[in-house]
Amino acid sequence: MEGLLQLLFNGLSVGAVYALFALGYTLVFSVLGVINFAHGAIFTMGAYFTYLLIGGAVGANGLLAGLQFPFALPFWLALPLAGIAAAAVALVVERIAFRPLRDRGSDPLLALITSLGAGVILVNLIQLLVGAESYSIPVGTLGSLPAALSIAGAKVRTVQVMLLAISALLLAALSIWINGSRSGKALQAVSEDPVTAQLLGINSARVIQIAFGISGFLAGMAGGLVGLSISIAGPYFGIGYGLKGLGVLVLGGLGSVPGAVLGGLIIGLAEACVPADLSGYKDAVSFGFLFLVLLVRPQGLLGRPQANKV
Amino acid sequence: MDAGLLEQMLLGALLGLSVYLPLRCGQLSLATPGFFAIGGTVAALLSTRVSALAGSGSTYPITSVLLEMALAALLTGVLALGLGRVVLRLRGIYLAIATIALVEILRVVTLNLEFTGGALGIFGIPQPFNSAAGYAAFTLALLALICWLCDRLEKTRPGRAMAAIRDDELAAASQGINTADTKLLAFVLSALVAGITGVVAAHFLNSWNAKLGNFDASITTLAFVVFGGSRTWLGPVFGGLLLTALPELLRPVGDLRLIVFGAVILVGPLFFPQGVITPELFKWFKPRIRGIPTAAAQGVKQ
Repeated sequence: MEGLLQLLFNGLSVGAVYALFALGYTLVFSVLGVINFAHGAIFTMGAYFTYLLIGGAVGANGLLAGLQFPFALPFWLALPLAGIAAAAVALVVERIAFRPLRDRGSDPLLALITSLGAGVILVNLIQLLVGAESYSIPVGTLGSLPAALSIAGAKVRTVQVMLLAISALLLAALSIWINGSRSGKALQAVSEDPVTAQLLGINSARVIQIAFGISGFLAGMAGGLVGLSISIAGPYFGIGYGLKGLGVLVLGGLGSVPGAVLGGLIIGLAEACVPADLSGYKDAVSFGFLFLVLLVRPQGLLGRPQANKV
Repeated sequence: MDAGLLEQMLLGALLGLSVYLPLRCGQLSLATPGFFAIGGTVAALLSTRVSALAGSGSTYPITSVLLEMALAALLTGVLALGLGRVVLRLRGIYLAIATIALVEILRVVTLNLEFTGGALGIFGIPQPFNSAAGYAAFTLALLALICWLCDRLEKTRPGRAMAAIRDDELAAASQGINTADTKLLAFVLSALVAGITGVVAAHFLNSWNAKLGNFDASITTLAFVVFGGSRTWLGPVFGGLLLTALPELLRPVGDLRLIVFGAVILVGPLFFPQGVITPELFKWFKPRIRGIPTAAAQGVKQ
């Protein structure tokens, strides 16, 4: 029973991060119909921003060697600020990699390549500025909280509980925003049909910017949380999550917000269920799962089927 | 130029062609690195474990390399035939992600199996050539052959059917094109090219591990085609050669080179939405070559 509960917690906390990650992809996909390959790099940036804001010092390699902010913010403040900084990066990515293509009416497929270019630039910029070494956010950041909690007999890391709680909060806020606010409804209208939405007086360009901003904010927060719970393994560490997020996205259904959450939790739980001696195959499990779902239900678990239009 | 770099560029061009074949048919398949990895693993296993292939001379016989290529082509071809039937029912971005999933599954399995050497991979793959120049000459011949075949393909019925599917799949089907079989053909040919390229790469690199067929490779090879152009085989060849060479050519700018590389693939599609090399490029040249007077010149005469 305790083992099961522990498994559940491990799976859900990992799955929550995947869900946050996939939601960022989904927001952009729903308005533009393309995948932002720079999303993993924005996630990484969020992790580094968090590290710097809590007062972490840059290592000896890189142009910014030895840099340290003169202040050290508490984690609860540093995390949303890092999210905002990541959102700013996402807006820049939209401006340089997506908007020029839209203005020229080019094939949306090209955005895969331009956003990849933006991702390559970001990742290498990080490497240039702060070096390739790994950073870890000290546990002391959480103040007087204990390192582990005991819930119904199972020992659970506080970080995992926090991860789960913050993700749940963000997901709830996001769904309230999408369904309840004017801009959220505008987002739905644009994802349905950008031209008609524009005709009905919705500023599509603005909605797209909002989608990128929120997507970047979610990615940045997810980055900071993973940085706290595991560590920042170097400038490339977002790529693995980016790939997993892509799988989650398709598993749940492209453009479906509840689908992204469901997909994230399923993959997180499935990975937690892989026994320790087969842990090398963990990544194959999630992708194998994704592959099977695609074959049986190509639109994903909660996605709408694609229409075959003439 | 350094022959080693030339060899890498030629391998890049071959991989570009492998991504190009399904894309010319409108299918965004990113499975190339997976088949490339299978080819490389086949070559690495056969040349290090099967002593009969090693021959008696000081260098590894080229006939054995050709035999490995045939076996790799057979394996990747059969695999692509089976998988293609299933994955090609998916469209657009779904196909892209399903093929990424395939590549990842293959990578993780190779990483964990005993006989593929795990994370370290396989070392000491015997060398059929003593110098990088030998490899470059061999790969150049292979590239020329595949380019010629692609050119023939584009000018015959299956190739034209592929272009028709790319422009409008429903219209193509209504004209009596068997779209499922044509797409499958493109997918299988892509796998064959990637598998054969893997064999050459394994010998050239001297060691082989699971990292060589990963997600990064999927995206980089896609960049070759999108940058170079996906409507004639010259596009991916150009893109593969240039983008493989670029990080090396940018060495003088030091740490900035990958940032510049990223900027090139970011800006390229903005200025060349169809890729740098398009069929129109050749049509544009023809009238001038044949000396047909332009409208402006005729106006002057009147």
